[in-house]
Amino acid sequence: MPDELVNLSIDGVAVSVPKGTLVIEAAKQAGVLVPHYCYHPGLPVAGVCRMCLVEIEKTPKLQISCATQVAEGMVVKTQSAPAKSGRTGVLELLLINHPLDCPICDQAGECELQDFTFQEGRPGTRYSEYAKRFNPVEDFGPDVLYVPNRCILCTRCVRFMEEVAKEPVLNVSERGDRAFIGIHPDARLDHPWAGNVVDLCPVGSLLSKDFLHKARAWELDKTASVCTGCSQGCNVTLDLRDDVVVRIRPRPNLEVNRYFICDHGRANYRWMNRGDRIEAPLVKNGNDLAAVDWDEALARARALIAGAKGKAVALASPGMSTEALFLARRLLSRLDWTGAFQVTMGEEAPLAGVPNLALRAERAPNGKGAELLGYGRDYAAATKAAESAGVVLVLGDADAAVKTAGAFIYLGTVLPDPARAADVVLPIANVAEEDGTFVNRDGRVQRYSQAKPAPGMARPAWWVLAELAAGSGERGLGSAEEAFALLASSVDAFTGLSYARLGLAGRKAASGARVPA
Amino acid sequence: MGYPHKSHARETVVLSKHFGDADAKSFKGWVKRGGYEALKQAQAMDPPALIEEVKNSGLRGRGGAGFPTGLKWSFMPKEKKKAHYLCVNADESEPGTFKDREIMRWTPHALLEGTAIACHAIQAEVAYIYIRGEFTEPFQVMQTALTEASAAGVFGKTQIYLHRGAGAYICGEETALMNSIEGKRGNPRIKPPFPAAAGVFGLPTTINNVETLVAVPHILKNGAAWYKAMCLSNPKSTGTKLFSVCGNVQRPGNYELTMGFPLKDLVNDLAGGVKAGRTLKACIPGGSSVPILNREETESCLLDYEGCVEKGTMLGSGGVIVFDDTADMVYQIMRLARFYAHESCAQCTQCREGTAWTTKILERVLSGQGKMKDLDLLLDLSENMTGKTICVLSDSCAAPVVSGIRKFKSEFEAYITGKKRPAAA
Repeated sequence: MPDELVNLSIDGVAVSVPKGTLVIEAAKQAGVLVPHYCYHPGLPVAGVCRMCLVEIEKTPKLQISCATQVAEGMVVKTQSAPAKSGRTGVLELLLINHPLDCPICDQAGECELQDFTFQEGRPGTRYSEYAKRFNPVEDFGPDVLYVPNRCILCTRCVRFMEEVAKEPVLNVSERGDRAFIGIHPDARLDHPWAGNVVDLCPVGSLLSKDFLHKARAWELDKTASVCTGCSQGCNVTLDLRDDVVVRIRPRPNLEVNRYFICDHGRANYRWMNRGDRIEAPLVKNGNDLAAVDWDEALARARALIAGAKGKAVALASPGMSTEALFLARRLLSRLDWTGAFQVTMGEEAPLAGVPNLALRAERAPNGKGAELLGYGRDYAAATKAAESAGVVLVLGDADAAVKTAGAFIYLGTVLPDPARAADVVLPIANVAEEDGTFVNRDGRVQRYSQAKPAPGMARPAWWVLAELAAGSGERGLGSAEEAFALLASSVDAFTGLSYARLGLAGRKAASGARVPA
Repeated sequence: MGYPHKSHARETVVLSKHFGDADAKSFKGWVKRGGYEALKQAQAMDPPALIEEVKNSGLRGRGGAGFPTGLKWSFMPKEKKKAHYLCVNADESEPGTFKDREIMRWTPHALLEGTAIACHAIQAEVAYIYIRGEFTEPFQVMQTALTEASAAGVFGKTQIYLHRGAGAYICGEETALMNSIEGKRGNPRIKPPFPAAAGVFGLPTTINNVETLVAVPHILKNGAAWYKAMCLSNPKSTGTKLFSVCGNVQRPGNYELTMGFPLKDLVNDLAGGVKAGRTLKACIPGGSSVPILNREETESCLLDYEGCVEKGTMLGSGGVIVFDDTADMVYQIMRLARFYAHESCAQCTQCREGTAWTTKILERVLSGQGKMKDLDLLLDLSENMTGKTICVLSDSCAAPVVSGIRKFKSEFEAYITGKKRPAAA
């Protein structure tokens, strides 16, 4: 049943929103962002910063739009003189004790205090000749520093730990202008999801030690991606400075991770910047590997596959894109095919306040995608089968300790010692260097985008596999999107899906669908 | 009022009749004086009839806001689906107010009786009496009385608990008080939801001031018409009210007056006026949170809800603070601001930062370092602190500042221009 709709006007724009909607959310639909600090859609309403004051006709006092529900016929004015003066007053008071140390603050450039002050703050201060409040920096936890002087006491961090993480180790200590964020004397901010307080902090008061002074916000290039830390498939943004991933932050997706990511996922980016990458295709040359160009390497690999008889085994990393897993299977479909993926297990760490959100024990971003494409979980058995196979294809950085009588083709980003036994080594891009999709544990197909160029001659796995499948001189595939379209037309579970339809939020694959033969 | 001096002839002694009478503190002594009869009477009544009787009396909340008591009780859900609670606000912390303290010290059973009646009216099975932490003696008196009365079984199934505060002024704000009872930090809550929908422990709750509840047994015994007839001015303000008079008067103390009594007579006649040779300068009629009156306003103000509003102030809790011509208004206002800055719960930006900044400016003016533009800044800041926060603590800080600057500007200017020597803040 559709929700009952309420009609109101915000700055002259008529909107209809479900009953119970907060004015601040209704305003977003009218294209109006009401300045705010304590309000966050992922947290319980506190109504304390008073920044989102707006005028509502027929109401004598200004109202905070974060705690006021819409009503039929309501007329909201965010830009009236009283509303603006109310908010300017709040900004002035937030700034009197704020150090204005923006030049050395990590938040500068993505600071809501800067943004809203620029938008509607007073040009100068009237708090002259008084000392500002001073409290020393505190070490809250493994990755969190608290800089109390910058704190505006919005309590987002307190509410996150209390109501979302359900580990209430933070509070507001003291009263009046002496107040600061306190931590339980016997506790550390070391909850597996604690890092979210850094993102939630609207100013530079809670800082990530990992990101400390690494980059200025305006130097960062942002790319929509999907976390590779586990099978939950949290939506993330990769922040890069000069083609180096320096930070991962959550990208809101109400169906998957709401506004949060865990600390494991947050820290899981250094490998994307590895320097010891394979930069050219390699082919066996006696006991050694020799660098060659793509044409030669592809021709060699094609010949090996064409000449193979009997069994074909694909050993995959569950970090490979759905497109690559599909194309690999298709490439070997002529033969007696076995595919398996290798899963690393770890500690499970749920976020108590959000249903169905956890750092999953299965650290496999695309395990579900591999399953939908017919790859099995028995990696050991597949490795055993590889011994007598006619051709073995290792995909991604799966365990390459393969003994086989047949041909050994290795697609990877780096070259561990066992992979040196391969007949052909084909360098591929990592998740930050290609477009692709993962299927999360709930069967949600989600896109990730290329954030930086791949090193040297490395190419996306979908391109390599499509080239191998095409005959010499034939055209392969032009893009990951094309590869996905081919997948969608071939595999029932993906029927009807396309990059355009997936968008940035993803869609569920058809459940119980037939796996391709 | 009977303690520490005899009642004045112009007082209307109802609530304070037994002040100073030590025997009235005991259960036996209270029963001998007609105590708990009203409770029996109430227990025989239907709750809606009881609420109607209180509505008809015109009784309004004595904690400060003056909200009609019967109407407040009627907001509780008619059909009882969950547990109902009564909270009794005995966290009397408003500077200048000390009436509830005397009620609890001398007539603890009057409060318990009123509490039990209210519980019956709103169908609450549990009442929490939240007593200010510093009230050591009143707490002990209340504890003894509760033990005696409970042993006598007068409350039936109603459970009454005493809860001690821990020293925060803000816990006298009704929703902060509920948080405090729940064991949380005493922060005021955003409304709605209002307490009658979701109060203490998220359940329907009514909260009343001590003096309000103490008036209820008298209304039942003597009838709503009798109570309503006690009125000297506006018919919307009925009954008697205790006024705590302090400051530059010769006989400070509590005085019980019929609503509408002239403030001038309370100060000059009952409380003995200012010391000989001095003149009245100003008066705060309703506790530190209300605007200050100058001499002319004081002399023409009638003590009821409407009479005070007419003079641009509020009846508040009835804490009358009197200043004579020796009082330094700049210093007095700075002290008030400093109090609010100390007690701000730190939730709302305007209050947390505004009260402290206001104090700093006033301290600077006192130290002789002030500038003329500081006065405009104070007024602008006060405007910013009024009507924009969760509770009214911030407004309470602004009220004396604004009225003080408007009415005693020359005293501020004297410090700024150097006419007056700097004072220690």
